Amino acid sequence: MSLLRAPESFADTRRVELPLASDVVSELRAGELIRLSGSMYTGRDQTHRRLCALLDEGRDLPVDLAGQLLYYVGPSPARPGRVIGAAGPTTSYRMDAYTPRLLELGLSATMGKGARSSKVRAAMHKHGAVYLVTFGGAGALLSRCIREVELVAFEDAGPEAMFRFVVEDFPAVVINDVSGRDFYEEISTGQGL
Amino acid sequence: MRTIETEKITAAVRDLAIEAAHNLEPDILDGLLAARDRETSSLARDVLDILIVNADIASREMIPACQDTGICTIFVTLGREAQLTGDLESAVQEGVRAGYEEGYLRKSVCDPVTRKNTGTNVPAVVHVELVEGDLLEIAFLPKGCGSENMSRLQMLPPSAGIPGAIDFVVDAVIQAGPNPCPPLVVGVGIGGTFERAAFMAKKALLRPLGEPAGRDDVAEIEAEILGKVNAGGRGVHGLGGCNTALAVHVDTFPTHIASLPVAVNIQCHSHRHKQVSL
Repeated sequence: MSLLRAPESFADTRRVELPLASDVVSELRAGELIRLSGSMYTGRDQTHRRLCALLDEGRDLPVDLAGQLLYYVGPSPARPGRVIGAAGPTTSYRMDAYTPRLLELGLSATMGKGARSSKVRAAMHKHGAVYLVTFGGAGALLSRCIREVELVAFEDAGPEAMFRFVVEDFPAVVINDVSGRDFYEEISTGQGL
Repeated sequence: MRTIETEKITAAVRDLAIEAAHNLEPDILDGLLAARDRETSSLARDVLDILIVNADIASREMIPACQDTGICTIFVTLGREAQLTGDLESAVQEGVRAGYEEGYLRKSVCDPVTRKNTGTNVPAVVHVELVEGDLLEIAFLPKGCGSENMSRLQMLPPSAGIPGAIDFVVDAVIQAGPNPCPPLVVGVGIGGTFERAAFMAKKALLRPLGEPAGRDDVAEIEAEILGKVNAGGRGVHGLGGCNTALAVHVDTFPTHIASLPVAVNIQCHSHRHKQVSL
């Protein structure tokens, strides 16, 4: 069935290794479609709340986020024999309150869906970080790009726990690049595409 | 009188939960295909392709179409001549609990104060309507909160009129941008009271996709809103093009002479809805 083909434009998109090398972060351009391979950490509302609570208490985080990509996702449970269930992005603005603190620790990329606040955008610009989106509501398709899943922290938070994913050819679009460009903004003002 | 065993209700709700998460309804798939055909942006067309492929993977491989398998709203229509062998509310909640556990669906319901997950995806929100006859119909509408969070309600002054109501809805959709996973289904309730408007906005989502309202003047409101959001919106996933919404469904109810409540319930493209008759 023709619908099962991967969209053609994805075949020749740039493959990017994770964790992102600093020169690769600088090369990414707003509006660019990329495929990610390697390891990333995950976290959503509760993980962010708890990471920042640990920082408030002066304690160490469960992992070093420097140079890493943090993916905003709360996966559905894996069926037996699978590594994970559906695993598409959640809406990023809910993490805006916490993101600047994590960028200060050297986090180099975040990934979710939807636009970021001006404060987060300024913090990304300052720290040389990028923001990517992947495809909301495509959790089944994205699930197939996830090869390994390891629980990292906050198991009691259930779907909101922090995981480490190993992904292969995980599709994403660059929204905010290190030059300060914002692809959503360019689209809404007619500059994009 | 017709007797209906509540165990059957539990089993039906369980099945609806699992089905809804994995198998998008044909009206939504057709809507996505039609959107792809008319799409003007190549990036948005690629994303629509992905969503169509995703729906196929979800159903063949039994992976939920979206990891946010939602908080459940369940509309029960019960005939006065149907007699249940037990408690309706408990039977429905038990069905949700079983469906989410046995279907490997994400449990996304938590206490609003402590934020502690209930671990079961219950309670669901259950609405019961009593009607003539002995029928029992259950409509199941699990809803992710990326879209639910973008919903709005406003008590407009009557002087705002329908143009004001339309502007309010269009603004809600456009301001939501990429957050609620467009292309959207937009449910709108105009009139009634504060809570009735919200109820209508949600229930309007159950209508087959794009089926116009029964009243011509209301269908015109739907068409006007759809035209405006697709002309002014930011397209599929906010990535451009002409498909910010697949459909707008408006319902109305008489309201107070001093009031014009307008509610807009925003639904994502992964519009999971299932109905069954017992």
